[in-house]
Amino acid sequence: MSYIVDYYEFWIFVWLVLTGYVAGTYNERRHYRSIRRREKELKDVLAFAVRTLPAGRPYESARLVTGSAVISVDYFKSILAALRKVIGGRVDAYESLVERARREAILRMKAHAAEEGADMIFNVKLETTRVFQGERSAAQSVESLAYGTAVKSA
Amino acid sequence: MILTNLEIVPGRRVEKHLGLVHGSTVQAKHLGRDLMASLKNIVGGELKGYTELLEDARAEAVERMKAEAGAIGANAVVNIRFSTASITAGAAELLAYGSAVILAEG
Repeated sequence: MSYIVDYYEFWIFVWLVLTGYVAGTYNERRHYRSIRRREKELKDVLAFAVRTLPAGRPYESARLVTGSAVISVDYFKSILAALRKVIGGRVDAYESLVERARREAILRMKAHAAEEGADMIFNVKLETTRVFQGERSAAQSVESLAYGTAVKSA
Repeated sequence: MILTNLEIVPGRRVEKHLGLVHGSTVQAKHLGRDLMASLKNIVGGELKGYTELLEDARAEAVERMKAEAGAIGANAVVNIRFSTASITAGAAELLAYGSAVILAEG
């Protein structure tokens, strides 16, 4: 038994990686399921990156709508990413992180627009930031922001 | 006060441009939320505390921008942009800026 006590730091690390893997994978799958479900629910709210509104129809009640989400990576993925940095290349572990944050932000923006009775969002801008940069505990999280002008097409 | 990030307000005519207005807040996170965040860093997922913190701070920045626009007699702010920057470890600045305009009645 003494080797467990002697190398307790190593076992804590193993426990963190395993917990990160199991819980992180579960959380990510659940989040993706939720994203896909809500994307279907909100498919009637159309989002465009164009600045000018198509002519030939009247639009009502223009207003700014925003959506944002801060998503954190799990311990397992942060280790994967650290290993990836040795050999370089695509960091798959973080690609899903920013994708989730961005899709969640877009969904919240659309939900906000739907609440206002709007059905189209123009000039959608997306922005991703590591907001609380430099702090150890928050180093592995990103904020994604989506905003645009919601209008009701009459 | 009408806010859009388009260059116009659909169906309304801009009568007068009043220039740039902006509002910003510098937000630090608090220790309790930080503790939760470090736990979340193990299992992954959304840091709801931070999402709310930033949403509130951004809403405050928009309020300040609206106040500035209101003070110079505008009734709308168009072409609004947001910008977020990390100032020091643990503090972020949230900025909202746009063009204050007076829209014609109608």
